[in-house]
Amino acid sequence: MNDGAPAHPDGHGHVDVAKVTLSEEIVDRASVASTDVAEYATWLGDDALILAQQLGWWISRAPELEEDIALGNIALDLIGHARSFLHYAGTATGRSEDDLAYFRDEHEFRSVHLVEQPNGDFAHTIVRQLLMSLYLFELYRELAGSADATLAAVAGKAEKEVDYHRDHASQWILRLALGTEESRERLLVALSDLWPYVEELFRDEPLHDVLAGIAVRPSGLREAFDRVLTDLFAEAELARPRTPTTSGGGRRGQHSEYLGYLLTEMQVLARRHPGATW
Amino acid sequence: MNSAELTLPATDDAQERYFQELIDRDSRIEPRDWMPAEYRTSLIRQISQHGHSEIIGMQPEANWITRAPSLKRKAILMAKVQDEAGHGLYLYSAAQTLGISRDEMAEQLIAGKARYSSIFNYPALTWADMGAIGWLVDGAAICNQVPLCRASYGPYARAMVRICKEESFHQRQGFEILLELSQGTAAQKEMAQDAVNRWYWPSLMMFGPPDDESPNSAQSMAWKIKRFSNDDLRQRFVDMVVPQAEVLGLTLPDPELAWNEDRGHYDMGEIDWAEFHEVLAGRGPCNAQRMQRRRDAHEDGRWVREAAAAYAEKQAAASLKAAS
Ligand SMILES: [Fe+2]
Ligand SMILES: [Fe+2]
Repeated sequence: MNDGAPAHPDGHGHVDVAKVTLSEEIVDRASVASTDVAEYATWLGDDALILAQQLGWWISRAPELEEDIALGNIALDLIGHARSFLHYAGTATGRSEDDLAYFRDEHEFRSVHLVEQPNGDFAHTIVRQLLMSLYLFELYRELAGSADATLAAVAGKAEKEVDYHRDHASQWILRLALGTEESRERLLVALSDLWPYVEELFRDEPLHDVLAGIAVRPSGLREAFDRVLTDLFAEAELARPRTPTTSGGGRRGQHSEYLGYLLTEMQVLARRHPGATW
Repeated sequence: MNSAELTLPATDDAQERYFQELIDRDSRIEPRDWMPAEYRTSLIRQISQHGHSEIIGMQPEANWITRAPSLKRKAILMAKVQDEAGHGLYLYSAAQTLGISRDEMAEQLIAGKARYSSIFNYPALTWADMGAIGWLVDGAAICNQVPLCRASYGPYARAMVRICKEESFHQRQGFEILLELSQGTAAQKEMAQDAVNRWYWPSLMMFGPPDDESPNSAQSMAWKIKRFSNDDLRQRFVDMVVPQAEVLGLTLPDPELAWNEDRGHYDMGEIDWAEFHEVLAGRGPCNAQRMQRRRDAHEDGRWVREAAAAYAEKQAAASLKAAS
């Protein structure tokens, strides 16, 4: 019988504000990143930050209360990852996570175009989340074995959380694909809209060579990513979209038009009060 | 196990006497116990309104999630607004045990037929409002809700226990935001004072009309749904926040606030009830906006909920077929 205290809807556990602290791995170690490692940590941090910023919009607007909570949980996890990576990146130049998040301009960000794509309808948000979660899961799993102890520690913790994110997104892909005609139609649109941004995730950059043993070479993650996706698409009776690849360039600071607006909103208050603490 | 299962009173009269006995003994009424129809309706009204307030209450703070000025504050704010969604869920579940469905409650809310706390019809204009809302609005909610942890209806009381635990974090983070601002730059301190000026009086109105004009209070108190009067709770709140404001280095916008040695409480000025009634009547600054946002989320999400329901049905049919 229902006693008025529901089990948590998605089994992810409830987060309360007292638990929001910077990952201890980072705080305890106080290690300083080299310039190259800092650059790499910025890539990781920016992807997580931009995606968290996007998901934050949904809280109070989701299709049902359970999703307000689930998307909020995912956003919280991502912002935790972003803080850890950006904090570490900042140690190279004496900057804080907030200096990096709030006082860099658009061209100084290193996020991929996929996370910059707008929330769209729920199908777009879920497809973006699925693609990123599958990619991040493979990435963090490898990075957990990095020769850089800090990156390895953050990735090890993040891997478990991202595993939940990909499960959440996969469940929704099935529901939307096999639910109603409308949901399937919307899902197909979202898939073809976002598919062009997948390629960029797996593109190797010169920095990956420089950081051999520390950074994860993304091209090597593609096979595992494809395998998981193929299984999911088979279950969801979906075909892989055929839309062409875009040029990307996020890792070199070349972004979509969307990022400027996102940063403007995110940074406005912090920039109005430079030097203030909050 | 509840006591109604031990004895089974036969007639309505006997049941009513037994119900009153449970109330008088401070026992809990559980969903399967007999209860007077008015007790049930009044609980459904109170619990669902409370749930709606949690849901609408997400909006003023959600307004600042994307602009939070530090990553730590952004994370705390997200967690806080998300907690409120959880509170809404607990409360809706408690109301469901009385025989109303979640769909019905959602429809009542978006149709404008159900009330929610008027406090959320005020706008959150600056970052400092995140502090003032946490400190004053969640603070007032705590004063209102702690006694509800002992409400006579079991599921409601248990939901309130969980909620109150989280609300105290909410209040603390609000207080911390204001403390940080009031110890910050001149502009930050000004922002904090402005927010407190705007939220103080509305937070006092959260306790409802004065006792002599509160139509539902007497019966609720007899049934031990409510345990303290509106004015008592309001006094308790004022006594709590006055010293906290001093710690913050901020003033409260009531020139008549003064410690009364004889009463052992703070005296306060007259509340502008005309404003309260305006907001209550739907003419507050954000009533229409809040309702529109809820309707939009509900309508935009309809196809998603339909897809989930259709999928669940297909899955159930498939597993039934597999079993046969
Ligand atoms: Fe709440
Ligand atoms: Fe709260």
